[in-house]
Amino acid sequence: MPLWIYFAVFAALTAGTLLTWWVSTIDLGMLNTPIALFIATTKAVLVILFFMHVIHSPRLTWVVIIASFLWLGVLFVLTFADYLTRTWKIY
Amino acid sequence: MSSLTSNDARFVEPEGARNYITHDYGALSWLLTKDHKRIAILYLISITALFMLGGFFAVVMRIELLTPEGDLLTSDTYNKFFTLHGIVMIFFFLIPSIPAVLGNFLLPLMLGAKDLAFPKINLLSWYLYIIAAVMGLYIIITGGVDTGWTFYTPFSTQYSNTHVFGVTFAAFIVGFSSILTGLNFLVTIHRMRAPGLTWFRLPLFVWAMYATSIVQLLATPVLAITLVMLMFERVVHVGIFDPALGGDPLLFQHMFWFYSHPAVYIMILPAMGVASEVVAAFTRKKIFGYSFVAYSSLAIAFLGFLVWAHHMFVAGISVYSAMIFSFLSYFVAVPSAIKVFNWTATLYRGSVALLTPMLYILGFIGLFTIGGVTGLFLAAIGLDVHVTDTYFVVAHFHYIMVGGAVMAYMAGLHYWWPKITGRMYPEWWARLAALLIFAGFNLTFFPQFILGYLGMPRRYHAYAPEFQVLNVMSTAGASVLAVGYALPLCYLIWSLWYGRPAGPNPWGAVGLEWTTSSPPPMENFHETPVVTWDAYDYPAMLKAMGETQNV
Ligand SMILES: [Cu+2]
Repeated sequence: MPLWIYFAVFAALTAGTLLTWWVSTIDLGMLNTPIALFIATTKAVLVILFFMHVIHSPRLTWVVIIASFLWLGVLFVLTFADYLTRTWKIY
Repeated sequence: MSSLTSNDARFVEPEGARNYITHDYGALSWLLTKDHKRIAILYLISITALFMLGGFFAVVMRIELLTPEGDLLTSDTYNKFFTLHGIVMIFFFLIPSIPAVLGNFLLPLMLGAKDLAFPKINLLSWYLYIIAAVMGLYIIITGGVDTGWTFYTPFSTQYSNTHVFGVTFAAFIVGFSSILTGLNFLVTIHRMRAPGLTWFRLPLFVWAMYATSIVQLLATPVLAITLVMLMFERVVHVGIFDPALGGDPLLFQHMFWFYSHPAVYIMILPAMGVASEVVAAFTRKKIFGYSFVAYSSLAIAFLGFLVWAHHMFVAGISVYSAMIFSFLSYFVAVPSAIKVFNWTATLYRGSVALLTPMLYILGFIGLFTIGGVTGLFLAAIGLDVHVTDTYFVVAHFHYIMVGGAVMAYMAGLHYWWPKITGRMYPEWWARLAALLIFAGFNLTFFPQFILGYLGMPRRYHAYAPEFQVLNVMSTAGASVLAVGYALPLCYLIWSLWYGRPAGPNPWGAVGLEWTTSSPPPMENFHETPVVTWDAYDYPAMLKAMGETQNV
């Protein structure tokens, strides 16, 4: 990968960090957490794709990464199956 | 006949040639070795030592429970003993047992490879294990820990004043040992198979190790993160699990069991792999439904991730999620049952040789089935409410982990002992030990099902007097079990010097590991084997033997 891409990604990550800080100074109510998570996720994707060279990796690497995130999804979805239904009163 | 058969003698070394044991001498040649076979031996010695330590805690607990009064140990010491028994047996014995000892030794041999894909990482795994074990021993000597092996919050983060930080850190480190082993095996199975050894020609032990490695790789990091958060909260008091700071104690249980339920499959999948090898070898048959058994390993690995909250039914999770997890838990029974039925179908009309490994595996099939069926009892929410935190649960998971995993480990150890050491173990003593272990095990743990159903809670050093008879039976069984485990230790060491030389293939088994000499040479095979046969091709082998006899 050409060197400028690394610098561009680094700049984007720095911008993301500053953005997170700036957003945290504004009260958006309900949206506070989702926006912070959205910025963080975007940054993580940039790191995985470029710094970890995944964008130019073979298919098997993609399978491994996607499977890992699916597993993380299992952890989140089934945990939330508990948290989001604790207030349900009628079954 | 020019074509190669699986029991061809052409890879066998001439008598007296060097093998992996005699290749080099001196402690450093072992401690710095990158050879998978030597690392397997290092693991064998280490986990045996820790098995004895864990067994010591168990024996003292059983002696305490001989009488209803708490007269041998104080309640605090008893808490530490059951905690340390669990931590030592699970993290330092069961998790590494079959993968790190038998898997390490056999995987390259079964694949026709010279070594694992990453020999140095393999050695690193063992050192991580040893570092964690030394930390654990230090903690045991300096006062121990009393949280239970599950480290539940808020007790572990706020109230316990024992060595929680140190022991969770040790569990964290030993987790990385397990992750690296899994990674190593996965890459090895993908990249190092001998020419002609396609996926559906692989021995089922390899399929089982493959499924196990996936679980190790995907589940263990979650344990690591969870333990780091626990240590963080305990030391810095951030609010992850503490409700007073905005955390949730059940989050710990969710994340802990996301690892620890699949961890049961890290113990039992390799055991199933051993069962397939032994059943095929001692019935002289192909495993019935090979591909079903292979795929059911993967299905267990996957479904095992969807059921964890069945450990939390009474902990305060929502009733809706409890129903989901109960429902999903029943699904895991399907692939496990497929395996049990297929082994049984393989036995049908096979020429069953009741040698020691087969005795252990027959025990394994029966005890694992009892453990699995009682697991279904526990997955039913209504019954689980009744027996949660009673001896019923203790009996259930010992049927899986000891009746299942340890029995299969003993089977595998005996089955491959001639390959590992080049010597036969004494068959009569070995059968006696197998029978003692089976009888002692049932006498120890079957009464605990009844105790639990009658309502005796686990994790107390004293109990109501009406439970004494069954507890005395259980303790008596534990003594038989202890003798049963001590016997192999004696006669296996004895056999190193006095055992009959085994030769390359004492069981007349098929599989690449039996085509090289015993013990194998450092590089495993003198020329890379080319595989032209399916796994467990005993019918063809028997036919070939018949032809030679007719000539
Ligand atoms: Cu479970």
